Amino acid sequence: MVLELGYIEIKDLVFGQETRVHGSTLVVDQDAFKEALRSGDDRIQGLNLALAKPGQSTRIICVKDVIEPRCKVDGHSVGEGRTHILRNVAVVSCGKIVGFQEGLIDMSGAGAEHSPFSRTLNLVVEVEVAPELPPHAHEEVVRHAGLKAAGLLAEAARTLRPAEVERYHCLDTLEGGPKLPRVAYLYMLLSQGLLHDSYVLGRNAREGLPCIIPLPLLMDGAITSGNCVSACDKNTTYHHQNNPLVRELYQHHLQELNFAGVVLTNEPVRLAAKEASARKAVELVKTLKADAVIISKEGFGNPDTDQMLLIRGLEEAGVLTVSITDEYAGDNGASQSLADATPQARAMISVGNANERILLPPMERLLGPLEDLTRLAGAYPHSLHQDGSLEVELQAIIGSTNQLGFHTLRCREV
Amino acid sequence: MVKEIERAGMTVVHACSIVPISLTVGGNRIVPTIAIPHPFGDPHLAGPEEKALRRSLVEKALQALETPIGGQTVFE
Amino acid sequence: MSTSYKVVHCLNQFFGGLGGEEQAGAAPTLVQGPKGPGLLIENSVPGLRVMSTLIFGDNYLAENTEKAVQEILNLLAPCFEGDDAGRPDLLLAGPAFNAGRYGIGCGALCQAVQERWGIPAVTAMFPENPAVALYRKTVFIAETSDDVRGMAEAIQRMTPLGLKLVRRESCLPEEDHYIAQGRRKNVRAAKTGAQRALEMLVQRLQGEPFESEYPMPVFDRVRPAPPVADMRRARLALVTSGGIVPRGNPDKIEAANAQRFGSYPIKNLQRLSSQSHQTVHGGYDPTCANGDPNRVLPLDAVRELESEGAIGSLHDWYYATVGNATSVESAQRYGQAIAKILLADGVQAVLLTST
Repeated sequence: MVLELGYIEIKDLVFGQETRVHGSTLVVDQDAFKEALRSGDDRIQGLNLALAKPGQSTRIICVKDVIEPRCKVDGHSVGEGRTHILRNVAVVSCGKIVGFQEGLIDMSGAGAEHSPFSRTLNLVVEVEVAPELPPHAHEEVVRHAGLKAAGLLAEAARTLRPAEVERYHCLDTLEGGPKLPRVAYLYMLLSQGLLHDSYVLGRNAREGLPCIIPLPLLMDGAITSGNCVSACDKNTTYHHQNNPLVRELYQHHLQELNFAGVVLTNEPVRLAAKEASARKAVELVKTLKADAVIISKEGFGNPDTDQMLLIRGLEEAGVLTVSITDEYAGDNGASQSLADATPQARAMISVGNANERILLPPMERLLGPLEDLTRLAGAYPHSLHQDGSLEVELQAIIGSTNQLGFHTLRCREV
Repeated sequence: MVKEIERAGMTVVHACSIVPISLTVGGNRIVPTIAIPHPFGDPHLAGPEEKALRRSLVEKALQALETPIGGQTVFE
Repeated sequence: MSTSYKVVHCLNQFFGGLGGEEQAGAAPTLVQGPKGPGLLIENSVPGLRVMSTLIFGDNYLAENTEKAVQEILNLLAPCFEGDDAGRPDLLLAGPAFNAGRYGIGCGALCQAVQERWGIPAVTAMFPENPAVALYRKTVFIAETSDDVRGMAEAIQRMTPLGLKLVRRESCLPEEDHYIAQGRRKNVRAAKTGAQRALEMLVQRLQGEPFESEYPMPVFDRVRPAPPVADMRRARLALVTSGGIVPRGNPDKIEAANAQRFGSYPIKNLQRLSSQSHQTVHGGYDPTCANGDPNRVLPLDAVRELESEGAIGSLHDWYYATVGNATSVESAQRYGQAIAKILLADGVQAVLLTST
């Protein structure tokens, strides 16, 4: 199995007559695009398209997911053949708040430093769903609309010649140097119901995990996000498509280490299931004969327990661990950061205190369901100031403390 | 919260789904419950069965409150 | 022209020139201008002026700290509450090196002054001074050697640190030589989290030293309370961190990092229902709890057992907050407040439910 990822560089995004790439500008035919998105799903009642670009005075709220536009140009299934990608472009889906955890993206100002999607050219798809739909269906409609929009947009890249092509092989087909330490990646996915689910090849991550996933499958977008749990540390589909740990490990493969493989695991809601998943994940890491493993987490609170169970299990089995986590240390940084702890967790990477407050300047343009602004998690009833500025915790910003290690933000003792 | 209530001199039982968290932060009388979104219930059970399950968990909690302990104890 | 800074300096009887151990019981006095180490402080930064020096006996402060601190605050009040032009910018205390009683005096004064008047206060000590454990979390303590031979260095650390705080500049323990306060703060690293993770892993594999970015916390423990002798005679209260509130969330408890808890009546209530109550917890799938809130706060089962006599009585209110990214500090505060109410109502036993 070999996967080729071909990147088409995009430098600008505009509305126009026909959806296509013109030079390095992506043109979107707004009406045709809307029509195509709505067709086949009568649960969509209203649809708004907007463009949000870096540097603009624009705030996108109630973001459900962010997706990188990709299309399969050669090959029959996920993980093989060639996929074309519109680089620097993202589809941002948003809709009414169903839970509490949908977040925001600022395209400029202090907040823009904290989201990777403040730096992408965004096609914002705001979906209004038929009112009588139950929450699960509501989320499904918005999720599918986002994924569909990304697919439609990527059609513009189908026949183009990519500026750069990356190749991903199955790891087990590569000869590993016998002296190099074997390193695995343990990839935790949130799997806890409405607003808290992830999907692997379209299947809910609550079932069928833990498992080993071939690298080309992973890099070809096998994982999609179905959750809006705290904006700061949920992994959007875009994060999954561009997992920085996988990239790092692949780059160092056969240099100072041998990338032994990726184990996916979930974060169930029952303790017995957590323990069972942890046991199985540890077994799978052992079958990869890993000497060491990096563990990434999604969400916080009870997933801290999943991470600690994994760390304990692996360290006791003689596998060295390094784990990535964010912190909830209170806005003054004086509180305990995690819900769970274990003495074996001696090697932690901290990607930031999600409780730290930030003042976001007023924006000229607001996109998304505005009435829900102060209901975002990490926002307070008094968050929205008279002048339109917004005081929130970092956790309200999409991807601000991403636990795949996307960012340079870290937390330390002072 | 559990600790502060106990520190103030009342006997407290912590009923929670994720026991390790309670053990880590320092709960003393711990009763494990069903699952995070429904600690005292199970939507897969029929009404009366679910109620019986809930009642049995509360009974276990009452028992825990009456039990002398030397240190952190999980009432399975 | 350089800015001028006004400082109040605190010293014990020895450094303040009153005398040795025989003067350790001396009551606090306030004198004009610098004394002893205060002269070094003035010389260390151009434009800095030590307005007055507060001198206290080690024992006087260490033995009855609360009362002595109050006395000193009264002495200092005219100076801090006077006209704007004369008001000090900074309080410095010590350095106390490894002297335990002196350290406690310095720490207590810094804490009290910064709390009362909101101006920065800095002291300086040897890291193993017992006062460090007491005050490092609330007071900036510059790191010194263990005795007076380190005086020059101590002044060179304490004074600039204080001025940085006056100018509201951010400080780091290793750069500004103070004892880390255990607060967590966001900073930018040179590399991404993924790169740092891989780097740390390679260090571990090669047996090299590495530094965890989040050392595991040590949680304090409470001694288990004695058992309730007989639940059939006891008064029980219900508390939850599962975010169950009356419909409409009257107290507007936040879905994450709750800033409050709510008290809700259940006096005439036999059970919770989807019409009367809901969850506002943002950390779990709300479908089950909204369908039947008794699944999180089992009022129906508790009432049943109460009517059968298995529970003496039930407290008339229940207390709820959202345990989702809510800081331990807040949770402690809510716990203390709730405990106070419950004790007043003669509650002996508490059932606390979490999701």
